[in-house]
Amino acid sequence: MQQVKTVLLVDDDHDFRLQQKAMLEALKYNVVEAESAAVALGKLDNPTPDIAIVDLMMEENDSGFTLCHNLKKRLPDMPIIMVTGVAAETGLAFNVKTREEHRWIKADALLEKPVRAEQLQQEIKKLLKV
Amino acid sequence: MNKLHVLVIDDEPGMRMGVERTLDGQKLEFWETDILNVSVETAGTGAEGVEKILNGKIDILFLDYKLPDMNGIEIIEKLGERAKDLIIIMITAYASIEVAIEATRKGAYDFLPKPFTPNELRTVTRKAAERILLARKNLQLAQEKKQVRFEFIRVLGHELKAPLGAVEGYLDLMKTRTLGDNLDSYAQFIERSSLRLQQMRKLIVDLLDMTKIESGKKDRKLSPLNLRNAAENAIELATPAANARNISISLESPAEITLMADAGELDMILNNLISNAVKYNRDAGQVFVRLQQSADQKIIIQVADTGIGMSAEEQQKLFKEFSRIKNAKTVNILGSGLGLSILKRLTEMYNGEISVKSEPDQGTTFTLEIPPAQQVEATA
Repeated sequence: MQQVKTVLLVDDDHDFRLQQKAMLEALKYNVVEAESAAVALGKLDNPTPDIAIVDLMMEENDSGFTLCHNLKKRLPDMPIIMVTGVAAETGLAFNVKTREEHRWIKADALLEKPVRAEQLQQEIKKLLKV
Repeated sequence: MNKLHVLVIDDEPGMRMGVERTLDGQKLEFWETDILNVSVETAGTGAEGVEKILNGKIDILFLDYKLPDMNGIEIIEKLGERAKDLIIIMITAYASIEVAIEATRKGAYDFLPKPFTPNELRTVTRKAAERILLARKNLQLAQEKKQVRFEFIRVLGHELKAPLGAVEGYLDLMKTRTLGDNLDSYAQFIERSSLRLQQMRKLIVDLLDMTKIESGKKDRKLSPLNLRNAAENAIELATPAANARNISISLESPAEITLMADAGELDMILNNLISNAVKYNRDAGQVFVRLQQSADQKIIIQVADTGIGMSAEEQQKLFKEFSRIKNAKTVNILGSGLGLSILKRLTEMYNGEISVKSEPDQGTTFTLEIPPAQQVEATA
């Protein structure tokens, strides 16, 4: 049987976390929640997450960016999905497709809120290569 | 540095030169904070002058009444709407009363009879410049106000969208039956959804309250009210929520304590304070409402709780619009982020002061101090 994968879910929005968790658990993932970047960095062992889902805007507008950098420093091989609810309205348009962007934004995929279960499943499967 | 553009239209070269020599390059200082740098342009005919005004940024126009191609009144007419953005000063040796009246009617601001001394010219210019500066400042203020308004609406939009997004998310999970077919599995989703909707309703109610405060000054009815009665009513209103969490509310007050206030506003103040003290309390906690009149006749309203409290950093953001303290302790507490800014505005309307003392996990005390009634601004 395939080993259960662990997802680190970082978002300061309680409702969004609850919803993502329900989706991920329905998809048979083990979910570790963190409500802030600091908490997330304390939850990298036992179990070590296989993948992280990080909200872009938490305490500060770019908390997600900083967290991605710090996560990649600690776990260089862990893929990160960055989630944002503000891309359209803030004109914060970016993606992580070019190498140049990837140098600055340490995320491997980008999803816009609201995130749907199929979308999430698809991205996770792609990044975990299962 | 701010510029002040002056144009002189006169067919006499000596007059043009005189104005230029007196004013060009001058720095006019106002209120020790603003400096206007004067630059002077000249025109010898009406047509040339009109051209310069329509294609330039002239602020003050010195206009000779008698010109070879047209008279001063005709020039003002040719300028049309643009004349309204100008300060026009007629310079003429033959200003009859009729001409003066007509020119003023068409938009001339002042008269400077020829011949005039450089000092007279400077005085007239200074007076006009001050008017221009004030107009510029007003415009700037209006724009800043508009900006604040836009920002408020932007944040408001965001605050209204957030609960909708959350509820939609929960509905979506239910629609796709993520947790199976049993409705009981979704209890937490339903509870969160209704909490977020209540929060949205609270935001809208607070918003309406705020609009009432901002627009409805004329509807205020100040009358002597017994603060104790008002507090008892507010406590009664908060009691169901308090009972549900085993929180006790006590009132300490003289039998009669009178405040000149608008009944609706006083209710808003007390309800805000007391419902906050319940909301941010711990289960089985206490709320103390204390009313007193100080030796110098100040009315003091104090509401203390034994709740979650706030850090010094959190206290600083407290009275800002839409600043809600977001942490694990507040996740299930309803709030719009407007309550305290409403409270602050109301307190200010009574020339009062609001202060807060708080200790994380110990509790929070809000204190309102309202000066005696005679200092309250009378309703018009």
